[in-house]
Amino acid sequence: MIENLLFELEMAAPQVILGLVNGAFYALLSLGLAIIFGMLNVINFAHGAQFMMGAFVAWMLLAWAGIPYWGALVLAPLIVGVFGVVIERTMIARLYKLDHLYGLLLTFGLALIIEGVFRNGFGSSGLPYAPPAAFNALNIDIPIMFLPGYRVWVVIASVLVCLATWLVIEKTKIGAYLRAATERPELVQAFGINVPRMMTLTYGAGVALAAFAGVLAAPIYSVNPAMGANFIITVFAVVVIGGMGSIMGSVVTGFGLGLIEGLARVVYPEASATVVFVIMAIVLLTRPAGLFGRG
Amino acid sequence: MTINRRTLLAGAAALPALGGLPFRSARAQAANTIRIGVMNDQSGTYRDLSGPGSTQAVELAVKESGITQRGVTVEVVQADHQNKPDVGSTVVRQWIDRDGVDVIVDVPTSSVALATNTLVREKNKVFLNSGAATSDLTGAQCSPNTVHWTYDTWMLAQSTGGAMVRAGGKSWFFITADYAFGHALERDTGNFVKAQGGEVLGAVRTPFPGTTDFSSYLQQAQRSRAQVIGLANAGGDTINSIKQAAEFRITRGGRVKLAGLLVFITDVNSLGLEVAQGLVLSETFYWDLNDKTRAFTQRLGAMPGNIKPSMVQAGCYASVLHYLKAVGDMGVAAAKASGVDAVTRMKAMPTNDDAFGEGTIRADGRKIHPCYLFEVKSPAESKGAWDYYKLLGTTPGAQAFRPLTEGSCALVRS
Repeated sequence: MIENLLFELEMAAPQVILGLVNGAFYALLSLGLAIIFGMLNVINFAHGAQFMMGAFVAWMLLAWAGIPYWGALVLAPLIVGVFGVVIERTMIARLYKLDHLYGLLLTFGLALIIEGVFRNGFGSSGLPYAPPAAFNALNIDIPIMFLPGYRVWVVIASVLVCLATWLVIEKTKIGAYLRAATERPELVQAFGINVPRMMTLTYGAGVALAAFAGVLAAPIYSVNPAMGANFIITVFAVVVIGGMGSIMGSVVTGFGLGLIEGLARVVYPEASATVVFVIMAIVLLTRPAGLFGRG
Repeated sequence: MTINRRTLLAGAAALPALGGLPFRSARAQAANTIRIGVMNDQSGTYRDLSGPGSTQAVELAVKESGITQRGVTVEVVQADHQNKPDVGSTVVRQWIDRDGVDVIVDVPTSSVALATNTLVREKNKVFLNSGAATSDLTGAQCSPNTVHWTYDTWMLAQSTGGAMVRAGGKSWFFITADYAFGHALERDTGNFVKAQGGEVLGAVRTPFPGTTDFSSYLQQAQRSRAQVIGLANAGGDTINSIKQAAEFRITRGGRVKLAGLLVFITDVNSLGLEVAQGLVLSETFYWDLNDKTRAFTQRLGAMPGNIKPSMVQAGCYASVLHYLKAVGDMGVAAAKASGVDAVTRMKAMPTNDDAFGEGTIRADGRKIHPCYLFEVKSPAESKGAWDYYKLLGTTPGAQAFRPLTEGSCALVRS
């Protein structure tokens, strides 16, 4: 009996850890979405495409300019973030007065265009991007499993970035302006703060977070134009479960759902892709505002 | 997870895709015109191995057939079936009913290929399949209007599976894409392994499409203590499985081997040799196999995305070349009048082209040619871009495919 239980535990432990790694990506991506939605009221459907752009920019930096992983980790989010700022200034800013739906349609269209452009330029089967050898020092090699050091790094990096973002928003002056502008933009503007510029920078920061996740993902997944589309639907489910616009909600739910998905892969693999949506349905029925949302 | 963002607009997207196929020439010339429709994946995971490259290969076949010099007009059109049987069926219906298309070429994705197979037979046109894997096209669902050119699941199971069993891999565990193609490949390979005295310890079915993380499935496979982990998947799934197996050092110590049951050269290119080296795989065409394949690749010119031709694209070239030979032989009017007659003529003529060499087409529609077992080179062995394979062995055409009598094809019994 006890032996059986131990065996089950041994089976489950590696899956829990692997689930946590996936949860790290969900958390980072849904964090960016939550920030953008909270501040701009825009449902950013281009988030998956911007995640993909992060991975591609990392590949370009390495292949064309010889800039290694660490450089890409800083540069790619900046480059893609600037792209986000341009998009916000030239297109999204014109839609703030309209219904949410317009922003959603615009970003959805943008996502299709961006993916199409990358597919035309780089094909659909993807590009190789090797994880830096330095991470081998973090390898965890224990009898029940081998965990590559790079995956350990992904969890660490994700937790750090999520924590830093939360601190900026909750504990700094900029964060206070931001939260105030979310509630009453006219009033904050009246105090002499440039709200439109703050919105632009917020969008840029959200997009940069997506690109950062893309660079993290490049050594693990095939760098291909559809890589964001595979993630984005699950990430939207995470945002809905966590509560639209809730920073804490998206981070906690991101990691949590990664765990649950990991366990589903052992118990009933066929359902591992649907379990998140089943949870979403239950949450919507019982707590329509999401687990952490104010409704 | 079947919800793809494209699905949201599927209905809207399908319409312009179908409407965007204008024919420049007037219908008046139709009697002396052969219309070829290349239908495949133009935007998804199989785009690189089929896609616009297949159309380019078909256009080369038209040019080299010399049929246009004899006053016959050949028009080539293409469409995206988005890997969906319903979209594919609508395209084929419109092509045949409205646009007067005589031949449908390529059609990867087994489910779409089977739907096309039925439709083309109903309309008595010609179906030259290159991209699909299912051996049912020349088995239970064989048709007098269809030629299955390049490869199939039975061939892959025997060639790659057989090589692994001979190398001592007696116990297997499958990571299977959870849809018709994955199930067929798992079944065919499993049967072959068992017939050779091996055993199948288990399988895990991964949701398709939408699975990107295979690490937990790989760990389950590793825990089964099987000697071989069989990847019954394709495209992006195979790439991610192999990439993550390397990352998690699944094969270290040499006790466990990875068998990619359907790996294309574009997948190897995407993985990079550092990760893909040592992988054993089966193909019926490799651009650098011999002088003729190299010459063919040269004539094809630069491909979209700067890739080398895949066996699927080579199959599109060779099948259309052979079809046009048959048309030249029997006359345009007769070929257009009956798809069955055109395919019967193709079966009566031996095939010969630079991509596959000499071969034949069997009564059940199966194209017969050798199958090659390759091993992916290490970065040190590779002399340049796209120098990826070394030849391990060749199965002669007569043994490469399922014996004629075992496919339960109705055309064979009659």
